[in-house]
Amino acid sequence: MRPYLALLSARIRMLLQYRAAALAGMTTQLFWGLIRVMIFEAFYRTALEQQPMTYAEVVNYVWLGQALFALLPLLPDDDVRTMVRTGTVAYELARPVDLYAFWYSRALANRIAPTLLRSVPLFCLAFLFFGLQAPASPAAAAAWVLAMVGAVLLGGALSNLINITLLWTIAGEGSSQILMMCVFVFSGMIVPLPLFPDALQPLLDFLPFRGLADTPYRLYMGHIPASQVWSVVGHQLAWTLALVGLGRFLLHRGTRRLVVQGG
Amino acid sequence: MLDGLRLYGRYIGISFRSQMQYRASFIMLSLGQGAMAALEFLGIWVLFDRFAALDTWSLPEVAFFYGLINIAFALCDAFSRGFDFFASMVKSGDFDRLLLRPRSTALQLAGQELTLKRVGRFTQGLVVLLWASHALELVWTPDKLFLALLTIIGGACLFYGLMVLQATLAFWTTETLEIVNTVTYGGVETAQYPLAIYRAWFRRFFTYVIPLACVGYYPALGILERPDPLGSGPLFQWLSPIVGVLFFVVCLRVWLVGVRHYRSTGS
Repeated sequence: MRPYLALLSARIRMLLQYRAAALAGMTTQLFWGLIRVMIFEAFYRTALEQQPMTYAEVVNYVWLGQALFALLPLLPDDDVRTMVRTGTVAYELARPVDLYAFWYSRALANRIAPTLLRSVPLFCLAFLFFGLQAPASPAAAAAWVLAMVGAVLLGGALSNLINITLLWTIAGEGSSQILMMCVFVFSGMIVPLPLFPDALQPLLDFLPFRGLADTPYRLYMGHIPASQVWSVVGHQLAWTLALVGLGRFLLHRGTRRLVVQGG
Repeated sequence: MLDGLRLYGRYIGISFRSQMQYRASFIMLSLGQGAMAALEFLGIWVLFDRFAALDTWSLPEVAFFYGLINIAFALCDAFSRGFDFFASMVKSGDFDRLLLRPRSTALQLAGQELTLKRVGRFTQGLVVLLWASHALELVWTPDKLFLALLTIIGGACLFYGLMVLQATLAFWTTETLEIVNTVTYGGVETAQYPLAIYRAWFRRFFTYVIPLACVGYYPALGILERPDPLGSGPLFQWLSPIVGVLFFVVCLRVWLVGVRHYRSTGS
């Protein structure tokens, strides 16, 4: 366990240095959040029927999404990409550690560090000026924290899967792009998932992406009662295990056929 | 001038041929881009499925805005890759080489790479636009077709201008300033919906500071012949895309100022 934890903390400390990037990221998130909120405002202005979420709930959902945006596995790790391109990935194979677990720690650090930097100021700004409310109840807050831990573990597994597909330089690039877009749409980043057509809900319930954002956010605002936290976390953990299995299998296949680029 | 264009044509031709060496990669990446854009559009469709209308706007109308702006952005994105990695050229000192050549630096940067995979996003935008005009029973008279082309060119120019500005800032910072992405990607997101739905300060920002509305919302209304809730007239709507071209020209001027301030990093 030691080497993995060491890598995790070393990378987090390294990534915490990128404060300018964090500031730029925060501005983008603020702007983006404002655009989304205004679009929803316009839709709700003329909404005739009762919707599955109120406007206030959607605003909460959007701001939670922006504040915790860096947690989503939306970009492949550039270092891994460079390693594969230049061939230095061979060093990784030579390390006396379990490569999957090593890369998983790396993926976790890449998600956690930028989130630490960005989420707190964004939470404060959204809370003070843009209509983010406090958690519905202490129980909801506790349930949310628990589900966020599940979301981080699940996000790490997805992130790692995306990194592993980079071992297939050509086919991997296309498939990881599509996977990332699925994360973007089906985690609720574009449109809150409860607003999707009712017919699609069983599919969305099944897919892993919901656990990255949608279910934790709804626990926060009490849209899902806190008592249901265990089924949410269960869903997240089941998918985490499945994705870890898939990732391990692909990594095994990938490293067996890997041809290291010379030079 | 003509000479410059010929050189640019050669640059693009070389870039085209080199990417065509990896045909499988090109096809995969283009399909990936198209699929991503399609998923994004799904987000708009979902909202209309749930709410039926956005103020007084229908899904085909929003799709029309979406198509126009996404085609323009895909065009700009395909040709502006050189400005995208300009900051790393400043950092490494590679920009010095460009200065030694007897051609304009902007031309050389523009010719660095033609990003072919953007054809995926371009096609998706075009499909959405055609579907929208079909659903709106729009008759494409020659003058409307001309305005649509002008709008797309104006839009591409505007985004290109923003890319040039972003690169220009690197003369002073030697870093790529991600902040500009806010108005490029954020601008695309904004322009997919009619300007009239936004709050006043936001509308003003995207009309007077970054004249995005002039290459999307206003000319689109001219093509659709739809009365504008913001009260613009047809003359303004037909002339507004030119603002995009002017914006580009201004950005090129700023670029030249930047070049004059350039001091090599020496590395």
